[in-house]
Amino acid sequence: MTTLLEMRKITKEFPGVKALDEVSLKVQKGEIHAVCGENGAGKSTLMKVLSGVYPAGSFEGEILYEGEPANFRNILDSEKRGIIIIHQELALVPQLSIAENIFLGNERASNGVIDWRETNRRTEELLSKVGLREAPTTLVDSIGVGKQQLVEIAKALSKDVKLLILDEPTAALQENDSRKLLDLMLELKAQGVTSIIISHKLGEVRYVADTVTVIRDGTTVSTLPAKGLSEDDIVRDMVGRDMTHRFPEHARTPGDILMEVEDWTVWHPEHKERRVIKNASFNVRAGEVVGIAGLMGSGRTELAMSIFGRSYGRNISGTVKLKGQPVDVSNVPRAIKAGISYVTEDRKSLGLVLDEPIRFNTTLANLEAVSSGGVLNRNEETRIAEHYREALATRTPSVFQKVVNLSGGNQQKVVLAKWLFTSPEVLILDEPTRGIDVGAKYEIYTIINDLAAQGKGVVMISSEMPELLGMCDRIYVMNEGALVGELTAAEASQERIMSLIVNE
Amino acid sequence: MDSANIEHSSSDASGSSKGVAAYLASHLREYGLLLALIVIMAFFQIVTEGTLLRAVNVTNLLLQNSYIIIMALGMLVVIVSGNIDLSVGSVMGFVGALAAVMIVNYDISIYATIVVCLIVGGLVGAAQGYWVAYWKIPSFIVTLAGMLVFRGLSLWLLEGQSVGPFPREFQIVANGFVPDIFPAGIGEFFAGIFDARKVNVLALFAGVAAAIIIFWMGSRQRARNKAYGIEDEPSSFFIARNVIVAAALIFITYKLSTFRGLPNVLITMGVLTIIYAFITSSTVIGRRIYALGGNAKAAKLSGIKTERLTFLAFTNMGILAAAAGLVFAARLNTATPKAGFGLELDVIAAVFIGGASMSGGVGTIIGAVVGAFLMGVLNNGMSIMGIGIDYQQMIKGLVLLAAVIFDVYNKQKQG
Ligand SMILES: Nc1ncnc2c1ncn2[C@@H]1O[C@H](COP(=O)(O)OP(=O)(O)OP(=O)(O)O)[C@@H](O)[C@H]1O
Ligand SMILES: [Mg+2]
Repeated sequence: MTTLLEMRKITKEFPGVKALDEVSLKVQKGEIHAVCGENGAGKSTLMKVLSGVYPAGSFEGEILYEGEPANFRNILDSEKRGIIIIHQELALVPQLSIAENIFLGNERASNGVIDWRETNRRTEELLSKVGLREAPTTLVDSIGVGKQQLVEIAKALSKDVKLLILDEPTAALQENDSRKLLDLMLELKAQGVTSIIISHKLGEVRYVADTVTVIRDGTTVSTLPAKGLSEDDIVRDMVGRDMTHRFPEHARTPGDILMEVEDWTVWHPEHKERRVIKNASFNVRAGEVVGIAGLMGSGRTELAMSIFGRSYGRNISGTVKLKGQPVDVSNVPRAIKAGISYVTEDRKSLGLVLDEPIRFNTTLANLEAVSSGGVLNRNEETRIAEHYREALATRTPSVFQKVVNLSGGNQQKVVLAKWLFTSPEVLILDEPTRGIDVGAKYEIYTIINDLAAQGKGVVMISSEMPELLGMCDRIYVMNEGALVGELTAAEASQERIMSLIVNE
Repeated sequence: MDSANIEHSSSDASGSSKGVAAYLASHLREYGLLLALIVIMAFFQIVTEGTLLRAVNVTNLLLQNSYIIIMALGMLVVIVSGNIDLSVGSVMGFVGALAAVMIVNYDISIYATIVVCLIVGGLVGAAQGYWVAYWKIPSFIVTLAGMLVFRGLSLWLLEGQSVGPFPREFQIVANGFVPDIFPAGIGEFFAGIFDARKVNVLALFAGVAAAIIIFWMGSRQRARNKAYGIEDEPSSFFIARNVIVAAALIFITYKLSTFRGLPNVLITMGVLTIIYAFITSSTVIGRRIYALGGNAKAAKLSGIKTERLTFLAFTNMGILAAAAGLVFAARLNTATPKAGFGLELDVIAAVFIGGASMSGGVGTIIGAVVGAFLMGVLNNGMSIMGIGIDYQQMIKGLVLLAAVIFDVYNKQKQG
């Protein structure tokens, strides 16, 4: 086997942060190489260095690609050499069709006129390669995240890829979509494509990877063959200690019903004849963690957002009761006042003001608490932001760091901090651990347990079934806008949840 | 005055102590603006052989730019909220026309006229804000329509004629000066020292007091930031910046004191600037406007009433445009159908030169005011030099472009 890529002693500094400190990475031709590490360890930064997002000269160290030094000045340079990166945040244009996206910047044209026949024919080829059955003319907007991921890969394949880099490709995917994508990676490997995958889902890493490199605090900890490596081994290298349990111990004794939603019906905001949520009824008890399982698109987020100040949908009917009393949740301020908070699944576009610092974002939903007479008390704000930074172990040089400069997982913690600071009675968490490393997941679970221990109610929407099974006292199963079943912790299993979904 | 700057520049402070070079690199924009203003002033001072900073001209400079600055305050808020208002020039002209018709044609009292005009301005802003906020119609379009409508209304109201002159009491709004409250003896004493005919001690005193207050507040803020370990401005920079600002203030007031003292509009402008700097940097509503412009969806999901906030931003803009209209009419001592044409562009340019971003969420009051001054000095200097209006336009356009390119370049370099 020959070495395709060698990164030697890469050091990359941002103002106040040493993101990478002499990291080395060696990738063999034809393998799938996984890079693991905690949030903020430097994985994405390393890949951006490799692909020329951070141009040669803006970091120290050496990159050898196909045996010769590579000095990429931008992404185009690295793409020319067959290095294609698919970023943590997808970069498709939602209003364009699949075909248009795939050939964006690389249009099939003669004399500036696009040859649509050729474009669509090539797109069909690529789509069948990645196993996506959609018409080339379908708008990217109208397909789910899972399929969008496949479009990204099809786009990569259209460029004659030698080294494919996938930064957390499955973070937003359902299990079966993830599996499809991983199988596709294996297939590409058989065709000779080398891949690097970054993932927090260690089961997947073990499924596809040949070699695993673990990065911690900006330095390489280990590079080992995946064969014979257990998840616990990887975790140990990632966090620097043994982690025997993935879920903190909890002994809960739920009390009275805290929040009750009855007969909740929501219509689609644009397609007026479409009923998105159909007569959903559920409840949460004080000190209870309730899960909502379901497939992508089953209406879980829509249910939560419509309850939270009618932030989704129209013609909403049904009642929300807190401690037996009907409450007004007709706009967000009222919902917050009633004691409901909602942590969005889409932190970038719905959760954070990216260009503002952590402090700004932490207090945003509860400015009353850090002001008097409408005037902000900045010292108090700083204190609060510091408090949550410590409590959630957010990795950042200071709470004055702009959120956009944080790693994905740490951004998630800032969103969580914002909502914890509203001291809600009921906290609705939508995919709270998306893109979060095992250690930080454990911390977030601990926080959820603490909330429950204080007698709060927690509703947890998650696509990771083990998480629901490990954390919840009760699980509702949602399918096509309706709650189709309810399971207690004792009854629940992955199979039973799936069978409830399929039976519908 | 500085708190606004510190608030928003501390956002990208990384906390740990950095080198002077690194600090300068990350704050190039703020210092660049200040430096540009100084360089431009020095340049015109030289080429106009000292005319630029003559006492008369300094006074003129302030009077000429007062209405731009007043509107820039409101425009900054509108732009930070993620919108734009193209109608301010026309609204300003319309309100001036209204005042003229009320005072000159109908003999309505000055105070009643001022109140009515401010209310009308607020209503005009509210009417436009309503469509932007609650109907989600792009502000560019709503206010473009507003620009045409109010141009037409001014013409109609004035029946195509100029209306004036105003009674003296109304002219004072723009052309009056604050009388000296210090005994004449002190003035004569200073006049002796400065070798001037007479000296307005109040003006001098105000300048020194303002310089001291700014320095004192800056030091307090700095001490507080240090306590949190977030102060990253090297002390040499802090001192240099304060010395420059203090020297400029004292110098300007010294010039004013040897002419006719503090213009009334300077007081209005100063007070409004302080109020808006405070609101944008230190209050809940200010914070919410930045959140709205930074990410409207996230702001809304954080319980911020984004529609109402947008509505208020436009209402506020309308009131300030009305205030500017009164000052403008009083200054020219007549209302003309063409008053305010194209002024919206100067106002918007000032805000962008001051560092605001087209996409919203970024910008400071101080930046906007300095940007307006920069444009003002350019206008004034070029006029003194006798440069034609054709070249003036081109140069101003290029300065705006340069400032924005500088912004974008800076952002990319840091990104
Ligand atoms: N542009 C930037 N400016 C300042 N700091 C940055 C910037 N980009 C990344 N960082 C910092 O560098 C460190 C590494 O970030 P990176 O995004 O590489 O983490 P990651 O390993 O990909 O984490 P995650 O699993 O959460 O995605 C983090 O501490 C982050 O805050
Ligand atoms: Mg990352």
